[in-house]
Amino acid sequence: MNSMNQSIANEVPSEDESPVPVAESQPTDTVIEEGKTVGKPFSDNAKFSLRDVEVFYGQSRAIKKISLDIARNQVMAFIGPSGCGKSTFLRCLNRMNDSIDICKVKGSLQLDGQDIYDSKRDVVELRARVGMVFQKPNPFPKSIYDNVAYGPRIHGLANRKADLDEIVESSLRKAGLWEEVKDRLEATATGMSGGQQQRLCIARAIAVNPEVVLMDEPCSALDPIATAKVEELIAELSESYTIVIVTHSMQQAARVSHRTAYFHLGHLVEVNETNKVFTSPEHELTESYITGRFG
Amino acid sequence: MTDQRSQAEIVRQSLKRRYRKERRFRAYGILAIGVALSALVILFTDIIGKGYTGFMKTSVTMEVSLDGDMMYLDDPTDSRQLKMADFVEPLVQALIKELPSATEQDRDDVRGLINPYASVTLRDALKENPDWLNTTRTMTFLSHTDVDVYVKHAGDAAYSIKLNDQQKAWADELLERGVIETSFNDTFFSGGDSRDPSKAGILGAIVGSLLTMFVTLILSFPIGVAAAIYLEEFAPQNKFTDFIEVNINNLAAVPSIIFGLLGLAVFINLFGMPRSVPVVGGLVLTLMTLPTIIISSRAAIKSVPPSIREAAEGVGASKMQVVLHHVLPLAMPGMLTGSIIGMAQALGETAPLLLIGMVAFIVDVPGGFFDSATVLPVQVFLWAGSPELAFIERASAAIMVLLTFLISMNALAIWMRKRLERRW
Repeated sequence: MNSMNQSIANEVPSEDESPVPVAESQPTDTVIEEGKTVGKPFSDNAKFSLRDVEVFYGQSRAIKKISLDIARNQVMAFIGPSGCGKSTFLRCLNRMNDSIDICKVKGSLQLDGQDIYDSKRDVVELRARVGMVFQKPNPFPKSIYDNVAYGPRIHGLANRKADLDEIVESSLRKAGLWEEVKDRLEATATGMSGGQQQRLCIARAIAVNPEVVLMDEPCSALDPIATAKVEELIAELSESYTIVIVTHSMQQAARVSHRTAYFHLGHLVEVNETNKVFTSPEHELTESYITGRFG
Repeated sequence: MTDQRSQAEIVRQSLKRRYRKERRFRAYGILAIGVALSALVILFTDIIGKGYTGFMKTSVTMEVSLDGDMMYLDDPTDSRQLKMADFVEPLVQALIKELPSATEQDRDDVRGLINPYASVTLRDALKENPDWLNTTRTMTFLSHTDVDVYVKHAGDAAYSIKLNDQQKAWADELLERGVIETSFNDTFFSGGDSRDPSKAGILGAIVGSLLTMFVTLILSFPIGVAAAIYLEEFAPQNKFTDFIEVNINNLAAVPSIIFGLLGLAVFINLFGMPRSVPVVGGLVLTLMTLPTIIISSRAAIKSVPPSIREAAEGVGASKMQVVLHHVLPLAMPGMLTGSIIGMAQALGETAPLLLIGMVAFIVDVPGGFFDSATVLPVQVFLWAGSPELAFIERASAAIMVLLTFLISMNALAIWMRKRLERRW
C-alpha cells in the first residue's frame, strides 16, 4: 500500500487543503486552544475512540490534536468551513490516506479497542469493516449487479450464486434502489442518474456488511430529490450501522445526525448532540458558522 | 460617455486585427495539411503507378508434345533419368510450332521467349503424372522476364527492352493470338525470393515478417505492460525509479540501428544464436518496441480516474485486486493501441534486421522460428537495390503489400480503441 500515484497525491490534499479564504467577518480575536474541545466529545458507547490525532501533509499540520469518540449505531456529522480538515480526518478512519505518500498520521485511533494504524493491522480487513462512500458517485464501469457484488466477491462472502444474488438484492433494497433497477441488473451502472449512482455506491459499500460507513459529502453532487432519498437512507441505515458523514449543508447535518462535530482550521472546536449544537452552541466560532457569519 | 464610445472603437479595431490573425493562422493550418496531403498523394500515385504491374504476370500457354525420345526419357518415375533428361527441347519445339516464321536455326531466339524455369515446371509435372509421357498436353509456363517487361512496358523509356526485333515480332504475334497473355500474378504471393524477377515472390518475406512479429508481440507486450504496471503502481517514487523513467524515455529515441548492433553483439556473438532467424529478429525488435509500449501503457494507467481506485480500495480491494480488476481493464484499450502502433513500427523496421543477417538471399519460405528468413521491408530494400529493372515493379508491389499490412494494423488499433473504450 505504499506506492503512490502522483495524481492522487496531488489531488486529494488540494481539495481540502486549498487555502480557502475564510470570510473577513471571521472573529480573528478568537483563540482556539490546541486539543481543547468544548461540549461532549466522549461517549460511553464508543465505536471509534480517537485520541490526540494529528495529520501531517509533509510539513504542514492538517489536523491538530483532535480527541473524539464516535458512538456505536449513531450518525455523526462533521461540519466546518472548507479546508478545516474534516475530510482528511474522515479518511483516517479507514486509512484511505495511506495512498498519499506525504501524509502521516499520529496519535491513537482505535476501532473497538484495536489500533487502526497498528503495523500488524491489515488495511484490507479494516476497510471491509469500515466502508466508504465518496463525494462524487464513482460506480465501476460494470453492470449494476457486478458493482454491488464486487465487495462480497473479493472477500469471499458468498460461495454460491444464490447467496450472492441475495446479498445484491438485500443491499439494493436497503439502498432503496431495488425497485428501480431490479429489471436491469445487467445494465451498465454508469448509465444511471447521479442520484441512483450514489445510492448504488451506498449499496456497494453496505454489501460487504461493514460495521461503519463513512460518507464524504455524499450529496454534494446530487439534486434535492436525490438528496432527500439519500438522507432517508442514512436514517434507516443508522439502525444497524455506525455512520460518519461529512457535510457542507448544516440543514443536512441537523436532519440526519445524532451528534455533530464542528471543525475549524484543523481543530475540533465543539462536539455535542446535534440539536444542542444547532440551538445553543457553546463556542462562539460554532455559533458564527451555523448562523452563517462565515464559512 | 465619450470614454465609452472610444472604448467601443478601440475594441472594434482590435477585433479586426484579431480576426485577421485568426484567418491567417487558419490559412497556415490549411496550407500545412495541403502540403502533407499532397505529399501523401504523390507517394501513393508513384508507388501504385510503378507497382500495379507487379501484380500481373505474363505466361505462355501452348501444346507441348511430351515425346519420350526427344527428352531422352522413358520412365518418369526414375529420378536418375529425370535428372539427365532434356526438358527444354519440347518447349522449344512447341514454340516453333506456334510460330510459322520460326525455324530450327532460330531456336536460341525462340528459347529466349520462355522462362528458364519452365523446364523445371515441365519436369515436376511429369514427375507427378508419369502417364503424360508420349502424349500432347496444353500447358502454361511463365514467359521470359524480358518478354514480361516488353509486354508490360513496351513504350516506357524507363525500361530497356532486351528482346531483338525478331523476338519482339514473335511476342506481338503470340500476344495477338492469345498464346502469350497477362493475368493475376499468383506466383508473387506463393513463392520466395528468386534471381528471376518473374519467379520472385513475397510469401517468404510475409511469413518471415509474421514469425518475427509473433516473437516480438509475445515478448514485448507482457514485458512492457508488466513494467508499466510495476513502475506506475508499485514502485516507490525515488531517485532510482526517476532514473529508470528517464532512461526508458531515452531508449525510445535511440536509432534503431543501434538495437541491431546490440542484437548482433549480444544474441549472436555472445549467446551464439543463429544468424538471419526470426527469433533473433523478434528479440531485437522487442528491445526496440519495449519503450514505446511501456510509455503508452504508463500513460494509459495514469489516465484511469483516481475515483475508481478509491472506490475499489473503499470496499476493501487489495492493491493487486485494484490493479487487476479495475486499473488494467480500463487501461487496456490504451495499452493495446500503443502496442499495435509499436508493432506497426517494428513491422516496417529494416535497419536493425540488416545487422543480424536477415538481409540474406533466401529462396525458401521459412517453416519455423529458427529457419533463415527475411522480412517485407528488407525484401523491398533488396529488390529496390537490384540492377534488374523488372525488380522495380516487384519492389513497389511489395511496398503496397507492406502498406496494406500497416494500414490495417492502424485501423485495428483505432477500432479496438473505439470498441473497448469505456465511459465513466
